[in-house]
Amino acid sequence: MPLLEDGRLVPDAWVSATEDAPLPEGAVIMPLDRLEQAATRNAPLGVSIGNDVSVEALAPWLPRLSLVQVVVPKSKDGRAFSQIRALREYHGFAGEIRVAGHVIPDHYAMLLRCGASTVVVPDGADPAVWEASRHVVSIAYQHAQSAETPLALLRRKVA
Amino acid sequence: MPEAPFLRPPEHARTYRYDAVDRAFLAQRIAEFRGQVQRRLAGELTEDEFKPLRLMNGLYLQLHAYMLRVAIPYGVLNATQLRQLAYVARRWDRGWGHFTTRQNIQFNWTKLIDTPEMLEALAAVDMHAIQTSGNCIRNTTTDEFAGAAPDEVADPRVYAEILRQWSSLHPEFTWLPRKFKIAVRGAEEDRIASRTHDVAVQLKRDAAGAVGFTIHVGGGMGRTPILAQPIFDFVPEAEFLRVMEAILRVYNALGQRENIYRARIKILVRDLGRDGFLDLVNAELARMPVEPYRLAPEIVQAIRAHFAPPPFAPANGGAAALERATAADADFADWVRLNTRPHRQPGYASAVISLKPVGGIPGDAMAEQMEAVAELAERHGFGELRVSHTQNLVLPHVQLKDLHALWQGLRAAGLGTANFGQGTDIIACPGLDYCALANARSIPISQQISERVDALDRAHGLGELQIKISGCINACGHHHVAHIGILGVDKHGAEAYQITLGGAPGNDAAIGELIGPSFSYDAVAGAVETILRTHIAQRQPGERFLDTYRRIGQAPFKEALYAAA
Ligand code: HEM
Ligand code: SF4
Repeated sequence: MPLLEDGRLVPDAWVSATEDAPLPEGAVIMPLDRLEQAATRNAPLGVSIGNDVSVEALAPWLPRLSLVQVVVPKSKDGRAFSQIRALREYHGFAGEIRVAGHVIPDHYAMLLRCGASTVVVPDGADPAVWEASRHVVSIAYQHAQSAETPLALLRRKVA
Repeated sequence: MPEAPFLRPPEHARTYRYDAVDRAFLAQRIAEFRGQVQRRLAGELTEDEFKPLRLMNGLYLQLHAYMLRVAIPYGVLNATQLRQLAYVARRWDRGWGHFTTRQNIQFNWTKLIDTPEMLEALAAVDMHAIQTSGNCIRNTTTDEFAGAAPDEVADPRVYAEILRQWSSLHPEFTWLPRKFKIAVRGAEEDRIASRTHDVAVQLKRDAAGAVGFTIHVGGGMGRTPILAQPIFDFVPEAEFLRVMEAILRVYNALGQRENIYRARIKILVRDLGRDGFLDLVNAELARMPVEPYRLAPEIVQAIRAHFAPPPFAPANGGAAALERATAADADFADWVRLNTRPHRQPGYASAVISLKPVGGIPGDAMAEQMEAVAELAERHGFGELRVSHTQNLVLPHVQLKDLHALWQGLRAAGLGTANFGQGTDIIACPGLDYCALANARSIPISQQISERVDALDRAHGLGELQIKISGCINACGHHHVAHIGILGVDKHGAEAYQITLGGAPGNDAAIGELIGPSFSYDAVAGAVETILRTHIAQRQPGERFLDTYRRIGQAPFKEALYAAA
């Protein structure tokens, strides 16, 4: 499925490992419970977690990981926002944070402000809609993890 | 979009004044919603996807139409805003609005296509409907006597405004398991039903005079009423938002999401236990950086400036003038006794405008009445108003010498009822007349009870009495914390009403106890009368209904209600 970064569709360098198929070559996104099988390979390593997983569980792996993907089951389930923020703020994770599942354009700006990097969007999605939604409100009253808004609390940002 | 025509607020009304950034924010937000409405109308958003978006903009789908719920941040309003609400009511609704227990106003007859325009009209007076519903941080409520009450240690409006800004489109907390309601008070006396909120904040001062916060968490009503538990005794001002963040982080991660009846923070706190919950909050605090979440004194100062005292006049014999006027007019004296509260400024009082005429619809105000009140507020009260959680309006700062003129003006507009805190000051939700979730009607029951209570009060004097009615177990009408609570239920397809006794919302907060089997639509007002006659027969001098009930218990009331059957 298409990958959105910075409001544009970009090529995806990663392959997701499926349940029990053999591991693909190169950069691979592993399910959490199979992570160990790929850990010793000499290729970029990612993990995919559900939004009900505490990112604490990933802590020992983070130094080895280049990507964490969070899968959102329903658009109104906002746990991923806290997971993403915690990865950046508590764990200082600097790799790619990817959001997949039921994500809608109205999430986009907030996901980025929590620290997400990329979103897996549905086939045929119009990146312009996402880009527009991201910029429609350019003012924020809160501290954020994204590099573009390191302003202090209630010091409002105008992008 | 054309430059919105901003309407100038009264000079001395202490509402938070938007600057260009705040206004740009609102304009952008409306543009966003306009886009969402268009995408919905074009079928690009499913109703499932659109629903949380419209809810976050205050738009509900009710039985007969959409309902737009407009935020009155912490219940603080100025005359220009009230006039604009009247305009909205007339232009896009049916000429009235309904003030709610959440210190908001609802327009019950809204068309989806009109909503962006309504929001633009509201933006012209710096008002909005952002986060008045949906699973996000809702409008913070506070004491309607803020900035006037003599017992206030610090001004809750300042911190409520800080919470408003901090929670507006919060990137992490806009998709919570369920709605989240915060109440802030600045006085020891709890006039805001604090412990029924997800988080209740009480302002305190330490020995050095610095502001801090006592925090309770995990209150709520609905089908599982729970009173909030204390978790922090004194959070220093600088740490205020850090602590709020930590509480919400725990809730967002661990609050239940499968069953909406178990999704409020009250269930999480109950299941983890107060200590277990507190441990998790402390674990978050231990990991959180301090600086980015520090509430800087300059920011508090800048916001406090919006709520500076208005230019009060010297007392100048107002008390004597008032005494003469009350001596000459018993009706006026009643109104002063019941509907005014002391003010910290000599020569002033706060005046409550009852939206509870006997036999009327609690909380409803006609557009003409809103305009009359706006006019009176400008003439006698710096153009500043409040909405109380009891669904009344308040002029916080009125000179004693002006009270008589104010009262006459109110009477002329049909707003002179003297009953604040009395049995006819009933809280009622919209119920089956409007609400899609209702089991039973609330409004006509409220009207019937109001008539009966008024007659009893005239004959026997009932004193302070809180009657509250909800049309279903969601408890929008606060019935759990009423002295006499009435809950609409469905009994084999017919409207029926359960009665609970002994609840209270304030410092002595308690959840009411069910007295017995439910009553039919035709019998419930009579049952309330029976309860009150029992109280009158049993009371000791000076006892309110609640005192009598707490002293003698359920038995005499049960006996009176059910013995004949
Ligand atoms: C269309 C009309 C309305 C709908 C659909 C609605 C829906 C709900 C629901 C579902 C709940 C239960 C929440 C829970 O237990 O988690 C609730 C609670 C509540 N609502 Fe409403 N409501 C409506 C109107 C009102 C009005 C008019 C008021 C004010 C008069 C109000 C104030 C409240 C309050 C105070 C609570 C209970 C406190 C709490 O547990 O948070 N609501 N509402
Ligand atoms: S208590 Fe029930 S009937 Fe009344 S407004 Fe709330 S949801 Fe509707």
